[in-house]
Amino acid sequence: MSRKDRMARMSFTRLSPWLGVTLFLGIFFFYPLARILWLGLNPISLLTLTRDSFLLATHSLLFTFFQASLSTLLTLLLGLPAAYLFSRFDFHGKSLLRLLTAIPFMLPTVVVATGFNALLGPRGWINLGLMRLFGLDSAPIVFVYTLWAILLAHVFYNTTIVIRVVGNALAHLDPRLEQAARSLGADGHRALWRITLPLLRPSILASTLLIFLFDFTSFGVILLLGGPRFSTLEVEIYIQAIQIFNLPLAAVLSLIQLLCTLMFSALYSRFVIRATIATDPRAAASNLHRARTWHERLFVGGMIILLLILFLLPMASLPLRSVIRMEPALGERTTVHYGLTGDYYAELFVNRLSSLFYVPPFHALTNSLLYATATVILSLVLAFPVASALARPGRMERFLDPLLMLPLGASAVTLGFGLIITFNKPLLNSQFSFITSPLLVPLAHTIIALPFVIRSLQPALASIPDRVHQAAATLGASPRRVWFTVDWPIVARATLAAAIFAFTTSLGEFGATSLVYRPSYPTLPIAIYRFLSQPGGLNYGQAMAMATILMIVCGAGILAFEKVRLPGTGEF
Amino acid sequence: MLKVIDIQKSYEGQPLLTGISFTLAANETICLLGPSGSGKSTLLRIIAGLENPECGKVCWDGRDLASFPAHRRSFGLVFQDYALFPHLSVFENVAFGLRMQNLPKGQIARRVDESLTQVNLSSFASRNIAELSGGEQQRVALARALAPRPRLLMLDEPLGALDRILRERLLDELRGIIRATGIPAIYVTHDQEEAFGIADRVLLLHEGRIVRDGSPAEVWNEPRSAWEARFLGLGNVVESVVRPKVRGMQVGRLEIETQKGIFELRCRHAHQVGEKVTVLLRPAAVRLAAGGNMRGVVADVIFHQDGFKVTLENGWYFYLPDTPQIGDEIRLHVPPSAIQCLNSAK
Repeated sequence: MSRKDRMARMSFTRLSPWLGVTLFLGIFFFYPLARILWLGLNPISLLTLTRDSFLLATHSLLFTFFQASLSTLLTLLLGLPAAYLFSRFDFHGKSLLRLLTAIPFMLPTVVVATGFNALLGPRGWINLGLMRLFGLDSAPIVFVYTLWAILLAHVFYNTTIVIRVVGNALAHLDPRLEQAARSLGADGHRALWRITLPLLRPSILASTLLIFLFDFTSFGVILLLGGPRFSTLEVEIYIQAIQIFNLPLAAVLSLIQLLCTLMFSALYSRFVIRATIATDPRAAASNLHRARTWHERLFVGGMIILLLILFLLPMASLPLRSVIRMEPALGERTTVHYGLTGDYYAELFVNRLSSLFYVPPFHALTNSLLYATATVILSLVLAFPVASALARPGRMERFLDPLLMLPLGASAVTLGFGLIITFNKPLLNSQFSFITSPLLVPLAHTIIALPFVIRSLQPALASIPDRVHQAAATLGASPRRVWFTVDWPIVARATLAAAIFAFTTSLGEFGATSLVYRPSYPTLPIAIYRFLSQPGGLNYGQAMAMATILMIVCGAGILAFEKVRLPGTGEF
Repeated sequence: MLKVIDIQKSYEGQPLLTGISFTLAANETICLLGPSGSGKSTLLRIIAGLENPECGKVCWDGRDLASFPAHRRSFGLVFQDYALFPHLSVFENVAFGLRMQNLPKGQIARRVDESLTQVNLSSFASRNIAELSGGEQQRVALARALAPRPRLLMLDEPLGALDRILRERLLDELRGIIRATGIPAIYVTHDQEEAFGIADRVLLLHEGRIVRDGSPAEVWNEPRSAWEARFLGLGNVVESVVRPKVRGMQVGRLEIETQKGIFELRCRHAHQVGEKVTVLLRPAAVRLAAGGNMRGVVADVIFHQDGFKVTLENGWYFYLPDTPQIGDEIRLHVPPSAIQCLNSAK
């Protein structure tokens, strides 16, 4: 074969793994992004923007900054002592408590919001309990639809980041530095201020930026717990696009959002890449001890109680509320029944005329499962070749790799918005239109899940060095046997972990889905949102029931993922 | 004056220190010599107040220090691996202890300059810790510990991470500085060359106890147990049996029979005939001699300082000026001065 032919064939084999992903992301991510840019920046659109829209944009931006800053501050206020607790003290049930604080991070926003609603909402445990206790007429505690609800939910979500990032740095701090300070005359307080905290500064900064980024792009929490009064950029994009149909304004807001998240991501990677101060990796265990003095015991006990209240109560109230009726039965006004009931679950299968969908709400669950399965298949099919190519990176891989991470920079709502403005016309000359088909949902989910799936598969595929294959060959194994006995077990495990991740992400996704779903094919999070925003005890109960189902399935998925994935696969 | 009384401490359930007692007078430098993992660093941390013993106490000038936390004891500590504050410059590191004493800025600057000059680093004040070499870091650690004028200095294997030539030079400098400041010092190491190079008194730490307390010369010349002899690398530890008394032998002189020959042992202790005695056979005091009282087959010869280290087939080694061939049968003369009794049994 001539040299030209050989080169052509070689570049085909180098390029082909990337073909699928490039096409997919090109059509469903980059092209919509370009459409948003065009929509927001072309002269005609700009003319439609009035002074009011400018005020609206500014107001949204300011409020987004405000709530993100406040949430971050409160998260640090709880997270730093918690990080200190976990990295310096040993106590009964420590690993369980740590797991408890980590679960919220992967739970869908709908579940978290519903959980807080079940605890502190007008029909929640505390309010109804107080009403019964004191014979009140209306709910005494106003929590849902206030700023506090947003802040608390954010703290709930992000405390685990501080605990992990700062706690890790704290645990590995060389204990001799503190000892040196003490031998030079510094008491505990001064040693903390002058030595420990300055050395923790990089990790505190990194986690602050990360938390701020998450709070800045928060959608579900603002929508469900903040209610109509509060509107961040994300929520405003959603409202303008879906409710008010002011697409140019939505596009401008999307661009502002993109710029901000890009800026914060750049700041974050800059701080993480910067050299951290040398620590002693062996020191982790030696730093731990049981609480000795009384004020240490007070600290440990108080923190444990606080963390249990914050992390256990909302999530426990949710399933309990779904099986306990605390209001009048259907059709009755005055008699309030209290007791265990399976009605809410039973209602899921019934399609009442007054319901919000054309199908029984239970179908939302089956839809979600179908979408999740489609997402898993699609993302694995696209990710596998790319992850294999990245396992042996060449110049092209190094160039294309960062582009893969770009979808992470765009918020879910922006993604969904881009999809609906791009695919709102029928495809070519056919009757088929993406916007009227339910296919957009798994597509959106795949875009969101893809970077993580690739990142999950990549280390496993890269971890098998060629030498192992060669060693197996010299020991008499044929290439097929080598693959089955060496590669497959490692790859299988990583594939399972990636599949579980994609599945749970798709199940709980709310931001993009809220823009692209078809009303006759709702997902579970959408159904929960709809039921929550409607009056009536039955609707509320059904929302609780569905949220409980979602919580259980996602929780199981998270735990399975943690068990299955290979140690060392990255987190943030 | 420091008095340590019956310190006991266990580590992960196992006993580590089982009763440490010693005193340290002013102007004295003692060395705690023991194998790795014997609890030397733990003992220093207990004396410094960074850890609490399970039993026993630490007294200074007659006062029990149990109620004094670490930051009020005024004991300087130079750590293994130095533990310099990475986020502070050299000046700020050395100034740390002075700042804790709330001294005025001008005085701090002067004292830091003094300390740095003392360790030959006077121009290093503005440098970053990360830029320093191992030897320079060690000196900064020393300057930092000395700047607040502590009443006791403790050094935990400070030279462990350095190469041999640097170690020897720094050991000399250390000795000079400690002598100049007149500060009592505890030096902890597992290297007996370091110990003997700096200490007024050497304390051997074995199985959680101080088994020997004496000057370097005493400890070197008069080992009292097989363990000591082995740990200090003094020579061949040999099992022997006391032979019946030979007519004409003076008091205090015995004949012992070993694996490789019969030698004369001069010993103050009373030994029975037939008793098993462990002796030390010093390798440098033995010579090749055609009619010698030891015979053996050479198993290995290797260059050693100004001569050769000759190892016999049973593992005994000697330093000889000549090289016999491997496989040769040689005869050596072992004079009575080469053999010492090591407290029979063990």
